Amino acid sequence: MHEISLCESIIETVCKEATLERFCRVKSIRLEIGRLSCVNPEAMFFAFNAVAKDTIADGAVLFIDAIPAKAWCKHCDADVEIMQRYDACPHCEYYPLEIKQGDAMRIKDMEVE
Amino acid sequence: MCTVCGCGENNKHSHKHAHDHDYSQGVAGVHVAGLTQTRLVSIEQDILAKNNGYADANRGYFSRHGILTLNLVSSPGAGKTTLLTKTIQALNGAFPMSVIEGDQQTANDAERIRATGVKAVQINTGKGCHLDAHMIGHAMDDLKLKDKSLLFIENVGNLVCPAAFDLGEAHKVVILSTPEGEDKPLKYPDMFHAADLMILNKIDLLPYLDFDVQACINHARRVNPAIKVLQLSASTGHGMDHWLHWIKASRELSLIGRQITAAA
Repeated sequence: MHEISLCESIIETVCKEATLERFCRVKSIRLEIGRLSCVNPEAMFFAFNAVAKDTIADGAVLFIDAIPAKAWCKHCDADVEIMQRYDACPHCEYYPLEIKQGDAMRIKDMEVE
Repeated sequence: MCTVCGCGENNKHSHKHAHDHDYSQGVAGVHVAGLTQTRLVSIEQDILAKNNGYADANRGYFSRHGILTLNLVSSPGAGKTTLLTKTIQALNGAFPMSVIEGDQQTANDAERIRATGVKAVQINTGKGCHLDAHMIGHAMDDLKLKDKSLLFIENVGNLVCPAAFDLGEAHKVVILSTPEGEDKPLKYPDMFHAADLMILNKIDLLPYLDFDVQACINHARRVNPAIKVLQLSASTGHGMDHWLHWIKASRELSLIGRQITAAA
């Protein structure tokens, strides 16, 4: 449900950029969403369409680049890919792992005119 | 990497279409700054940047005034408000306290807090599922917080959304009540990862439940190896002394090395 708040935040950023960069329509927005962030992409797409309505991003296409979650296993001394925050090392089943990547929620760029 | 379309080594998306990098093919046929052209604007910004900016401002204020702020999070009905009222009564005015209450609707909880004699502001989020740092900033204005005081924020009962929103607090404290089941930390890992302290509440009900305390703690530590755990029953008072010690110790730590600027 917080995807609505996140989309509102995205639209605010977009509107601020519109003044700085002088554009009047947004064609697409690209996000980077980490596997471990609290964002459900489906909910994000749904919320975005609703929140973007009647703004300069109305009708814009949302792209979500999924960023895989990576962690370091101190037992194997290796970087491993994980699916959940509490996953054990796929090689040696050690946990907890030190999470290195996968929390991000970033607005990468947007196509405007 | 091409900074215009993002293609290149770090590129995670693929273009199905071929395209070139000619900037003079817009409707105007020429590239003139300010005229309509499709172009790519690089943002590279955290989606929560605005909230985090407000949170930093709140944190700065708390730091300057020696205020310890605790953000209490849990699912609905875990006993946040009972814990708060009992805590306020037990601290018995040891230092100034105030409370920000977050709920979708009603001022019931703020009224329960005010009945203890402590100042409380109710934030009704309407359809919103969490408090954000901007709301907290406004509530702080209303509360006129005292230097070296303790501020409790009782977040909206929800184990999902409040995890992502920094309010500027010193610690998130997650409250899990025994009837909820021991696997909550695995079901809602983001919240238990974000919290510094887990309070296992309603332990007086353990004889009537099939709840494995050690398994619950193991689950929480699996998500967050550094999390501290306290077991108590806010309604019977059992274990409350550990929680009160934790609050007092956290407050002392937050004051060490701080030069407190007197409120204007």
